[in-house]
Amino acid sequence: MRVEISPRRLNSDFVKKVEEISGETLPSCYQCGKCSAGCPMSFAMDLLPNQVIRLAQLGLEEDIARSRTIWLCASCLTCACRCPRGVDLARIMEALRLLTLRRNEDYVELARIPKETLAELPQLALVSSMRKFTA
Amino acid sequence: MELHYYPGCTLKTKSKNLEDSAIAAMAALGVKLVELPRWNCCGTVYSMADDELVHQLAPVRNLIRAQDEGGDRLVTMCSFCYNTLQRANILVREDQEKRHTLNTFMEEESDYDGGVEPVHLLQVLRDDIGWGRIAEQVKLPLHELKAAPYYGCTLLRPQEAAIDSVERPTILKDMLSAIGADAVDFPYATECCGSFQVVTNPDFVLDCAGNILSSALRRGADVMVNSCPLCDYNLSHRQAELVKRYSGFHEIPVLYFTQLLALALGLGPDACRFDLNYIDPRPLLQSKGLI
Repeated sequence: MRVEISPRRLNSDFVKKVEEISGETLPSCYQCGKCSAGCPMSFAMDLLPNQVIRLAQLGLEEDIARSRTIWLCASCLTCACRCPRGVDLARIMEALRLLTLRRNEDYVELARIPKETLAELPQLALVSSMRKFTA
Repeated sequence: MELHYYPGCTLKTKSKNLEDSAIAAMAALGVKLVELPRWNCCGTVYSMADDELVHQLAPVRNLIRAQDEGGDRLVTMCSFCYNTLQRANILVREDQEKRHTLNTFMEEESDYDGGVEPVHLLQVLRDDIGWGRIAEQVKLPLHELKAAPYYGCTLLRPQEAAIDSVERPTILKDMLSAIGADAVDFPYATECCGSFQVVTNPDFVLDCAGNILSSALRRGADVMVNSCPLCDYNLSHRQAELVKRYSGFHEIPVLYFTQLLALALGLGPDACRFDLNYIDPRPLLQSKGLI
């Protein structure tokens, strides 16, 4: 990933919040990329999972907020099982989503899903999507 | 043997074929599955937030119901329910402070310390009955049927909730071998199908399903075998589009492990509820002489 030297100030309050919600220690990650290599949704992501955690370490909240990556994570835990540093990235992704959701900003709106789709989807798909993507 | 089971939302609606075939097959194996009284939704996904407990109430309340019934285990057939109940139980067992908070909050319920073990039905087959005893009771060995065991995520991850090896599981394959089927080894057996992303990003999930199914087809699979109502939907419902998209792709029925078990135990196609599958497996099973 390209590294830019920038005068932006790091948001250490953000780092603290992510660690508090996730229960994970952000500096543990040493950027080996194993998480991104195994991620089944990485093909659709604009930031790779290891890039998200790097930005989180640096407190670059807006860069993460601009990306759709945290909303593509399916919590499959492949990254968490393979991380050589024992970092549970799925928990960090959840914490990052919760920072938005706890401001009462939903990512998914039931009203926008066509009625036929709602009728067809199995119940557990809807419940889990609502649990992950609404406040 | 009598065991309490927790059905969960989808087994009572879209996946009656999983529930019905499981109850029939287990009865044939001498296990009576009794539905847990007054169960509620487990929440489907385990909450990974460390600073709140509200989402743990639903799964823990079900485990308290099982404790009140006097059981020390609670059986699930849906992989999602298994995962959520198991991880909530681990939390209660291991975190004394959170356990205290949960018990205090649910003061109307009996105290709970994690004494009920959530188990998946596959574990009951492996650990209580055993593959050898199942093989002895097979009336219709599924010879000629090439079945691809698909595990998905929630039976295997995280490590502490896994019912088998995280990276090289064999439990589904072992069941298939016990009932005489030819288990197909394929590299996408533990790859995520996209899960609940099907609600928000259905096209990405179609890509995931395409990869998984193509991999099994390339290795000659006739059917996919799974234990999760969400995987079942994601792998099945848009196969017609995959046929148009990929040359060489053809429809492949997705079945619950309990359906093949019931079939092999000689219970007949009606007990297997093949009528409820997204892709009707009956023409294929007929061509193999199995129904």
